[in-house]
Amino acid sequence: MSALTAFYIGLYYVAAIILIAGLAYRVYEYATTPAPLNIPTTPAPITKLGVRFRMFREVVFFESLFKSNKWIWVFGYLFHFGLALVLLRHFRYFQEPVWFWVEFIQPFGKYASLAMVGGLAGLWARRFLVDRIRYISTPSDHLMLALLIAIGLSGMAMTFVAHTDIVQLKAFAHGLVTFDWQPLPNDGPLLVHLFLVALLMIIFPISKLLHVPGIFFSPTRNQVDNPRERRHLAPWAAALDKDNG
Amino acid sequence: MAAAKFDVPKLSDTAYTEVPKVQEGSMAHMKAFVAAKGPQEFLGYPWELGEDWHDRVIGRMGEALKKYRSLRVFMDACVHCGACTDKCHYFLGTGDPNNMPVARQELMRKVYRRYFTIPGKIVPWLVGAEDLTKETLDQWFNYYHQCSECRRCSVYCPYGIDTAEVTMAGREILNYAGYGQKYSNEILGKVQKIGNNLGLPGPALEDTLSGLEEDIELDTGVAVKMPLDVKGAEILLVTPSADFFSEPHVESLIGYAKVFHAAGASWTLSSHASEAGNFGLFNGNYEQMRTIAMRIRDAALELGVKRIVVGECGHAWRVAYAFWNTLTGIGYGGNDPFSIELQKQLDPRYKQPMHICEYTWDLIQQGVLKFDKSLNDHRTITFHDSCNVARGSRMGDEPGGQFTIPRNIIRAVANNFHDMASETIGEATFCCGGGGGVLTDDLIEVRVKGALPRMNAYNAVAQEKGVNFLALICAICKAQFTKVVPYYGFDMSQVGGVHQLVGTAIKLED
Repeated sequence: MSALTAFYIGLYYVAAIILIAGLAYRVYEYATTPAPLNIPTTPAPITKLGVRFRMFREVVFFESLFKSNKWIWVFGYLFHFGLALVLLRHFRYFQEPVWFWVEFIQPFGKYASLAMVGGLAGLWARRFLVDRIRYISTPSDHLMLALLIAIGLSGMAMTFVAHTDIVQLKAFAHGLVTFDWQPLPNDGPLLVHLFLVALLMIIFPISKLLHVPGIFFSPTRNQVDNPRERRHLAPWAAALDKDNG
Repeated sequence: MAAAKFDVPKLSDTAYTEVPKVQEGSMAHMKAFVAAKGPQEFLGYPWELGEDWHDRVIGRMGEALKKYRSLRVFMDACVHCGACTDKCHYFLGTGDPNNMPVARQELMRKVYRRYFTIPGKIVPWLVGAEDLTKETLDQWFNYYHQCSECRRCSVYCPYGIDTAEVTMAGREILNYAGYGQKYSNEILGKVQKIGNNLGLPGPALEDTLSGLEEDIELDTGVAVKMPLDVKGAEILLVTPSADFFSEPHVESLIGYAKVFHAAGASWTLSSHASEAGNFGLFNGNYEQMRTIAMRIRDAALELGVKRIVVGECGHAWRVAYAFWNTLTGIGYGGNDPFSIELQKQLDPRYKQPMHICEYTWDLIQQGVLKFDKSLNDHRTITFHDSCNVARGSRMGDEPGGQFTIPRNIIRAVANNFHDMASETIGEATFCCGGGGGVLTDDLIEVRVKGALPRMNAYNAVAQEKGVNFLALICAICKAQFTKVVPYYGFDMSQVGGVHQLVGTAIKLED
């Protein structure tokens, strides 16, 4: 095994551990921090089922963002929807045989990368063109967009410009998950692409990408509007009742 | 009205408020008065920063992050997408970028990142992390008192980030640093010492109520009562103390009394719980909010009432509707001894607590109340949704009842009603500009400028539909608008409560 292959194998195991353990830790933190008061942004659903439907609309359609700003919604939606298809398309590198639906979306996933990069470009343009968003943008906001665009472009280079050795790549990826390690093709765009993806996995749990688990724990979105019917009490708040109940 | 020492924004030709260009530092001079030793000590806070303020602030912030999931998640989840940047009435009225919700949050988030996150500790310059300095603390004080905690931004945030939660945490941390706000903290003292925010003692309240009874009888020939501290009454009315002697608030109190009279209800006010408002909310202090709310529970148990009804007050209704059950057990569903003690006394056929609008609307639907709508014909009315009612509470059985029920009442008691532009009402409503602990003269510039979006929407219906009455159900909105509408060329008599309209049209019998 070449040093290069060994490096990438190591990198991906480390990145996967950081991503999974880091996210698990965040979810644990969010879930165990008490929400002492009932604070859904109203009008809010009055049943648990209603809250699930509200969350579904937020996560799948970006409902609040749609209400807020059509440009950010369009670019944000293009990016996220494109990314989702592209990610699903990548399943084929880890499967043998490839599932039917993964096979089915291959042609769409290919063009979804265009939507993804286009959306990112639109979001980035707004960071320069809209004075309010320029004011709030930090260097890391720009770098995050640069990273995602670089991932998209390096991937597209392999799809649309110069194909990499896809059979060998699949052997490498499949080997990672089956612990049967295979050599990685020594191909520029591929090495760049894989390195940046690993980087993204590593920074995920310590960056604003935490909006992904965060939305599910947002009390203004995930609480049922039923405070008159149900007593909503955090453990540290319940202790107060005992003191002067 | 004294001449303004600042430029009053110009009304636009339409209901729409133009999004201003960013004007850095344009409201940096605006600083609320700082609380003195007395009120700070009464509330158990230090009253000066002292040498160790830096570590105390960071320590308190760490505690808040462990106590409140909202703050914990909101500090991490923001992606700086910019969706909220044009949603705050204070930004629209001032152009100061720190009044954009995301930037207001960033004042805290930059400190959070520096002390509580790995990238902020290693590469602060990259991720917008900054050391906590005295300048930062001053920014917190200035800009956390230019937020009315109205939650409009939380409607539009794709993650539901609610700047009100950040402002509340910021104010709580400032208080523990010894850097409190004079207005809110003096009121928090008064309500705990005297029983209401205006500092109106029991005997004065009794005098006021008997004076009002005489006024109503002179006016209508009907002996409408305003009972105080009546044991065994069925209903306890808890209302903002401004209703007892501020104009136009008192007109709504007269309206409630007439409704109770017409319904033949047994009701009482309480001198112990002579305040529905709860400024503990504004400072994000759970324990204080609870202590203040406990007065209502104590009064209910003492008087033995079966129902608790809340008067026209926005933040009070949010606290009552959403928090009383949690804080004091006023509500249902508790299975602990503390809750059960009160639940077994309350009448389970009714919502507890109930908004006065829910109460009146129920009676209207039952046909109990009769009106002469023509008595309101000199008014062409619009309705301002108060932020805490709109985005922090509900009325009735369905989501959105907080929008339909007050409007239904107005339509039942008056002939001329027009809504303002749809993007300025309902869940999208604009704050009056004076909520959340900002209703003080030292912040008048913020208040006037923050009212701009609402004034534009009001002006549009005034021009197009001849609207001349802005109806509301919030004591703070009433006080704010009566003070601020003259800056925009309207007469303060155009502002009043929904129950003022009810009181005008209701038919009374002896």
